[in-house]
Amino acid sequence: MMPRSWNRLPRVDPDRVELLTNRSQPLDSNLPRPLLAYGNGRSYGDVCLTERGTLMLTRGLDRFIDFDPNRGVLRCEAGVTLAEILALVVPRGWFLPSTPGTRLATVGGAVANDVHGKNHHALGSFGHHVRALELWRSDGRVIECYPEEGNGWFRATIGGLGLTGLIRWVELQLIPIQNTWMWVESQRFANLDEFWTLSRRAEALWPYTVAWIDCLAKGKAQGRGILLAGQHAAAQAELPVFKEGSKRMLFDPPFSLVNGLSLRVFNALYYRQSVKPQGGLSHYVPYFYPLDAIQDWNRIYGRSGFYQYQCVVPPREAEAAIPALLDTITRHGEGSFLAVLKTFGPMPSLGMLSFPRPGTTLALDFPNRGDKTRRLLDKLDAIVREAGGTLYPGKDARMPASLFQSGYPEWEAFKDYVDPDFSSRFWQRVTS
Amino acid sequence: MNSLKRVILFGATSAIAEQTARQLVAQGASLYCVGRNPDKLTALIDDLKVRAGSQQCIDGCVADLVDHSRHEHLINDATHVLGEVDGVLIAHGTLPVQQACEADVAMTRKEIETNALSVISLLTLLANLFEQQQRGVIAVISSVAGDRGRQSNYVYGAAKGMLTLFLQGLRNRLAKANVDVVTIKPGFVDTPMTADFNKAGPLWAKPDQVAKGIIKAMQRGKDEVYILWFWRWIMLFIRHIPESFFKRMTL
Ligand SMILES: Cc1cc2nc3c(=O)[nH]c(=O)nc-3n(C[C@H](O)[C@H](O)[C@H](O)COP(=O)(O)OP(=O)(O)OC[C@H]3O[C@@H](n4cnc5c(N)ncnc54)[C@H](O)[C@@H]3O)c2cc1C
Ligand SMILES: NC(=O)c1ccc[n+]([C@@H]2O[C@H](COP(=O)([O-])OP(=O)(O)OC[C@H]3O[C@@H](n4cnc5c(N)ncnc54)[C@H](OP(=O)(O)O)[C@@H]3O)[C@@H](O)[C@H]2O)c1
Repeated sequence: MMPRSWNRLPRVDPDRVELLTNRSQPLDSNLPRPLLAYGNGRSYGDVCLTERGTLMLTRGLDRFIDFDPNRGVLRCEAGVTLAEILALVVPRGWFLPSTPGTRLATVGGAVANDVHGKNHHALGSFGHHVRALELWRSDGRVIECYPEEGNGWFRATIGGLGLTGLIRWVELQLIPIQNTWMWVESQRFANLDEFWTLSRRAEALWPYTVAWIDCLAKGKAQGRGILLAGQHAAAQAELPVFKEGSKRMLFDPPFSLVNGLSLRVFNALYYRQSVKPQGGLSHYVPYFYPLDAIQDWNRIYGRSGFYQYQCVVPPREAEAAIPALLDTITRHGEGSFLAVLKTFGPMPSLGMLSFPRPGTTLALDFPNRGDKTRRLLDKLDAIVREAGGTLYPGKDARMPASLFQSGYPEWEAFKDYVDPDFSSRFWQRVTS
Repeated sequence: MNSLKRVILFGATSAIAEQTARQLVAQGASLYCVGRNPDKLTALIDDLKVRAGSQQCIDGCVADLVDHSRHEHLINDATHVLGEVDGVLIAHGTLPVQQACEADVAMTRKEIETNALSVISLLTLLANLFEQQQRGVIAVISSVAGDRGRQSNYVYGAAKGMLTLFLQGLRNRLAKANVDVVTIKPGFVDTPMTADFNKAGPLWAKPDQVAKGIIKAMQRGKDEVYILWFWRWIMLFIRHIPESFFKRMTL
């Protein structure tokens, strides 16, 4: 089976797929070029894909190298998943300082997309917690990169979309926790105005905040939703027992199960779920990784796959741009299963091509209905561009080169760090 | 139930042995790992040390196992480090290109050396050790390929078949000493050894699945185990095809 990305778009096959298992082995000069690392394919789009050359699967590089349980410093190979890290460190009182909404991403992938989590406003993105990493270049050079160094390799490789070479290992600074539970408060908001006030207040008080919104609601109810604020639970004498369940999506439906009707029902029910303004305990697994509970959930969209659309717009423009985006979506008669709204904090990202930046980020997914869907996304692009915002490469299969280049002004300086033997379909698309 | 608190792994850097090692460590075992490639062995041992608790001992030694002269030293060192040995897993092996062996008997001998004679040398020493201590379990990864000679890989098959037969005799001998001898026949496993195979289809197992089966078989002191249940029936069928007919088949 050919490696795909999570939204199953685009379907492109490399000439060769190579499983890496030994981190000391230099890159094989006989492998067809270009080269590209593939972590666990949890990106939505083509940053992890190439139509030619060799896709190097890094999941075989899944060893821990060193862990200091006193300082919370972990060094591991790049193909280790976040789930494997958590299984090791959580029982010893440590947690990932930043985590995306899936624990099935690899460390290499988390670095290459400089992923962010619900605590961006408090602790920044993944790259802020990388103490060191090792980069292998196709010319045989091995470069250890540190955040404090001046020569740029670190800044290029954090959020570097796998283009600066192969990341062999990463050293992370973890954060301490008291137990495996989260203290979570949830609150309904009736529209976007309420969201802005509520989220500003929540960000000042809570390390983790995120909102789900009903992107089908119109008029006065536009942007209604639920805000979840959380923090790692304090030490306590008694804790509930957590038992993890797992379900799997077993087949590819002939058409997307996400359609007008199911969306309307889901969104309406989700909005009406019971909230806990007084707070309650939630285990960290369902809190951070609700979607991981259904294995292969991406199959729900059927064989034609789906598009993720995640943009960020600057703080000053957000209160105008977000309603404009929602208007356009409802006018188009489209909707998204999960629409997620979150404010990024002011901390500048470390990577030259990092996505997180001050402002508001909105993430949506749309079943792939061909041109109809792409026309909608083009219209959303226009609003994002106008607002001076940009899209997340890790969740993109289609943005025009001009939007990428205007959103990532350092992209030309970044070119100097791209390994001449590495490329991705994404990179060819946005630089041509 | 055999306890697996102190285990020696030969060919520890093999994908199957590595998963076995991780699962044993998760169950609290101390391990002595022998591997050929120094970089891979260091990476393996570092990883196991991170996973292990402070009471567990993880150690090992680099050795090319076709060098029989080192076997005695390796076993002595492992016993010294672990104190006592509850179990051994012999996992190293190579999958030759059959055509290359047909063209060159030196190649054939080398493959039989790696896959059979080096293992038999280790087993000879280990058998005496275990017979003396009157307990423990010895497991060896053989193969379904050893169940019947086939045109596509009879050199590998012959070597693994030699192991399977040798282990039958050894099992018979050591039964009196309360020592279990386990022959593992994993079927197709998705590992670097089979990197060039097309792995579509239900016959393929993952190394962690095989590792789980190996540990269970060692704990329970099984005799010959097929890791995925259907291999027993596939091989039963294949073994019973009449030779006069079998010789015309391309399996
Ligand atoms: C349910 C779900 C929720 C998500 N939530 C979030 C979220 O909240 N925030 C967020 O930021 N993202 C989120 N994502 C996206 C995901 O976290 C990122 O796409 C992540 O990078 C995927 O990691 P991966 O290991 O699967 O990498 P892949 O998708 O396989 O690859 C991603 C990139 O990393 C590069 N890469 C991988 N390994 C290496 C290596 N060893 N060396 C060099 N380059 C490498 C690849 O070349 C590619 O450019 C989510 C994804 C899913 C499926
Ligand atoms: N994969 C399958 O489908 C399958 C099926 C049936 C049986 N098996 C058996 O399972 C066992 C494990 O194989 P695997 O699938 O896990 O493949 P693998 O990862 O390729 O492991 C084979 C290991 O044997 C080691 N080795 C080879 N010759 C050696 C020598 N002379 N001295 C020391 N070590 C040596 C290799 O060491 P290096 O790392 O240094 O090369 C490698 O670690 C083998 O006995 C194999 O025959 C596999």
